[in-house]
Amino acid sequence: MSDGMTSEESSFKREMLAALPSLRAFAMSLIGRHDRADDLVQDTIMKAWAKQDHFEMGTNMKAWLFTILRNELYSQMRKRGREVQDSDGYFTETLAQHPAQYGSLDLQDFKRALEKLPPDQREAIILVGASGFSYEEAAEICGCALGTIKSRVNRARQRLQDILQVTGESEYGPDATSAPITSRAFVS
Amino acid sequence: MNIQRYFNFMSYKIGDGPGAAMPVRADNPNAQIATKLRALYLSVQEEAIPDRFLDLLEKLDAVERRSMPDVAE
Repeated sequence: MSDGMTSEESSFKREMLAALPSLRAFAMSLIGRHDRADDLVQDTIMKAWAKQDHFEMGTNMKAWLFTILRNELYSQMRKRGREVQDSDGYFTETLAQHPAQYGSLDLQDFKRALEKLPPDQREAIILVGASGFSYEEAAEICGCALGTIKSRVNRARQRLQDILQVTGESEYGPDATSAPITSRAFVS
Repeated sequence: MNIQRYFNFMSYKIGDGPGAAMPVRADNPNAQIATKLRALYLSVQEEAIPDRFLDLLEKLDAVERRSMPDVAE
């Protein structure tokens, strides 16, 4: 009943369960669609279960699962090839199908902006800005150097600011007035 | 697939959630972005785990137990 193997197994399952809500949130933020995100989570659970001998109890289960999930995502994207290479087409589908189901315009814009980021920048800003990982942990999950993660996060922030046009000056900045003039110059 | 609830929750989150307790300076673009990113993320994280995953883990666990040689002492 209380032999070592049994309790170790159930604690693997328990830890996995505990990490599932954030794993789903990670998948959903990366992919932007509930159905595909949950399919990816399911694939991740299967992979992780098959590899449970490789997991050291007491180490970071969440980081381990996140690593498996993002590797699985990229390997699926590679397999599907061009079909999903343009990330815009892959993600905007939902917006086209269910425009009325999206909440405030504000968050709809944000979600769309996030989907416009290159995948490496998107995962970096999600890991550091939402999942609560340190830069070091994020670098390990993505299998890249610390400096690379930092610059991806910075570029992601900058890109999101550009897309959403959130600047300190907001709409009173130079852009609101100069943009119409610039575009007029192209017409005439 | 409760997308409606997902977005309702998201807007709720921005207005009344724990994030609202943190002063977010409207003129700090990074803070605005960070708040929205977290709201999006938390809206999924705080959903109940779908049954399909609970069932899956039960099955995996059951299969494993069945295939394990009985080595109780």
